[in-house]
Amino acid sequence: MTLLRHILSKFAWYVAAFAAALALNFFLPRLLPGNPVDSLISQALRGTTSSETKQRVYETYIREFGLDQNLWSQFVTYVGNVLTGDFGTSFSRYPADVGTMIGDALPWTILLQLPAVLLGWLIGNLIGALAAYKRGGFDRSVYLTSLFLTAAPYYCLAVILLYGLAVALPLFPTGGGWSFGLAPEWSGVFTMDAVSHWFLPFLSLLLVFIGGQAIGMRSMAVYEVDADYVRFAESFGLADRKIVGYIFRNGMLPQITGLALAIGTLIGGALLTEIVFSYPGIGTLLYDAILNKDYPVIQAVTLLVLIVVLVANFLVDVLYGFVDPRIRAAERGDR
Amino acid sequence: MKTLKALPPRGTIAAAVFLAIVLAGLIGPLLAPAGPGALLGTSFTPPGSEFLLGTDHLGRSVGIQLVHGIRTSIYIGLLAGITGTLIGVAFGTLAGYRGGVLDEILMGLTNIMITVPAIIVLLLLSISLDTRSVTVMGLCIGFVSWPWTARAVRSQIASLREREHVDIARLSGSGTMRIINVELLPYMMSYIVMAFVIQLYGAILAEAALSLLGLGPSGTASLGVMLHWAIAWESVRGGQWWVFLTPTVFITAITFSLLLVQSSLDTVFNPRLRVGKAAR
Repeated sequence: MTLLRHILSKFAWYVAAFAAALALNFFLPRLLPGNPVDSLISQALRGTTSSETKQRVYETYIREFGLDQNLWSQFVTYVGNVLTGDFGTSFSRYPADVGTMIGDALPWTILLQLPAVLLGWLIGNLIGALAAYKRGGFDRSVYLTSLFLTAAPYYCLAVILLYGLAVALPLFPTGGGWSFGLAPEWSGVFTMDAVSHWFLPFLSLLLVFIGGQAIGMRSMAVYEVDADYVRFAESFGLADRKIVGYIFRNGMLPQITGLALAIGTLIGGALLTEIVFSYPGIGTLLYDAILNKDYPVIQAVTLLVLIVVLVANFLVDVLYGFVDPRIRAAERGDR
Repeated sequence: MKTLKALPPRGTIAAAVFLAIVLAGLIGPLLAPAGPGALLGTSFTPPGSEFLLGTDHLGRSVGIQLVHGIRTSIYIGLLAGITGTLIGVAFGTLAGYRGGVLDEILMGLTNIMITVPAIIVLLLLSISLDTRSVTVMGLCIGFVSWPWTARAVRSQIASLREREHVDIARLSGSGTMRIINVELLPYMMSYIVMAFVIQLYGAILAEAALSLLGLGPSGTASLGVMLHWAIAWESVRGGQWWVFLTPTVFITAITFSLLLVQSSLDTVFNPRLRVGKAAR
C-alpha cells in the first residue's frame, strides 16, 4: 500500500515535471522579446534568396504552430502533434521527416551510452568501495585519478583520446559511425567496422563515468568502513574481497539515486562526446541542427532528451522504493 | 586562518593554479598587442617565436584568444556562480526556516528544476536569443543552476532552526530576517563557500558545453568557443594540436583545480574523510 502510494506520488511529480518541460520547450523560444517566431523564421531564412524556400518555411511554420491562432491554441496544436509523433519537417534536409531522422540516429546513441553507463556504474562503484576500504596510497591515487576523470569535461577527454589513439597513434578510425564506402547493414564486415568506430567514444564515456561513480561510492563507503559489521568481519579474518562486497552492497543504495540524478548530466555530456567523434547519433544530429538553424530538429531532440531523462529518473525512483523501505517512509525531498 | 592551515597541500596547489589562470585572464588581455579577432598571420602556424601558441584556421593568435577566453569564461562563471548561489541560498533558507506551504511550493519547484536537465533549458534559452552577450549568458546559467544549492541549504537550515539559540532569539523578539542573518547564516558560511565553488565549476562547464554546441557568447572568445572552432575546422584530425589542446588543457586545469579546492575544503570541514586507516 505504501509502495503504491510512493509510486503514485512520484508519478504525479514526474507528470508535473513533464508538463513543465513541454511548456518550456514550447514557450521559451516564443516568449522572449522581439516576436520570436518571426525571428525564428527570419533566422531560418537568413542567406536564403529562393522564394520557393521562403514559401516552404512559412508554410511549415504556419502548419506546425498554427500561427494565425493565439498562443494557447498554438500550444494545444503543438502538444497534439507531439503526442501523435509528428515532429514536423526538417528545414535543412527538406523534405526529411524529423521523426525519421531521430529514429535513424537513436540506435547509435543507445548502443554507445547504455553499455558505458552500466559498465561504468559497476566498475566505478567497486573501485570506490575498494579505495575507501584500503585507504592510504591506493585510495589517494584512485581518488585523484577519478577526480581528474570527472573534472575534465566529457568532450575534453574525448578530444585527447581521439588525438592520442586515432591521430598521433593511428590505432582507431578518426570518427564517424562506419568507414567510407560501407553502408549500414547486418553483415560481419560492417559490424566489425562499426565496433572499431564505436570503441573510442565508448571508452571515453566509460572512463568519465567510472571516475564519477568511484568518487561517489568512496565518500559513501568511508562511513561504512567504520561500521561495526566491518570490524566484526575483520576480526573473523575474512578476506578483503568479501568485506568490500559487504561495503559495496550497503553503499550501493545511495548510489542508485546518484545514478538517477546523474542521468541528465550524463546524457547531455555524452551527446557532446558524439560531436567530437562525429558519431552518427543524437548529439551530432543536434549539433548539425544548431549550425543549420534547423528548429524543428532542435526542438524534437530537446523534447526527446527531456522525456528520456524523466522516464529514467522515474524508473530509478520506483526501483529505489522497492529496494529500500526507508525511502518510502521519508518521502520528502531532503536527503 | 586556522581552516586555511588545515588545507591539504594538494588544495593549496590547486588554489594557486586556479588563481594563476585567473591572473592570466586579467592581465593577459591588457598586454596582448592585438584583439582576439585580429588576423595576424597565415592559418595554422605552429607555435614558434612569432606566435607562442600558434594560429588557428583564420590566422588568429591562439595565445591572445586564450587570455581573452579565460577572461570571458571566468567572468561568466563568477556571474553565474554568484547568481546561482544567491538564489539557492535564499530559496533554501526561506523554505527551511518558514516550512509549511512556502516550503512545499519552493521544494516542488526545486525538484522539478533538478529533474529537468539544466543544459537543455540553457540550450532552449540560447537558441531563442539572437545575440548572446557574456552577461546575459552568465545570468541565464545562474538562473538554472540554483536547485542543488537550494535543496542542500534547506535541509541544513531545517535542522539548524531547531537549535536552542534560535529559540532564544525568537523568544527575545528577533525578527525573521535577523534570526536568519545572525543565528542561521553564520553556521552555513563554510557550506555556502563550498556550494559557490561547485556553482562556479558547473557554470564554467555549462558555458563551455553551450559554446561547443555553437551557442556561445557572440563576438568574443571563450574557452568553449575556441574548442568549437577547433573541432569545426577539424584541427584534431588535421593534427594541429596547439589549436585544440590549448582550450582543452585550460578548461580541464580550471575545472580540476576547482574540484580539488572543493574536495580539500570538504576534508577541512569533515574530519572523518581525513583519518588514515592506522588511526582507527
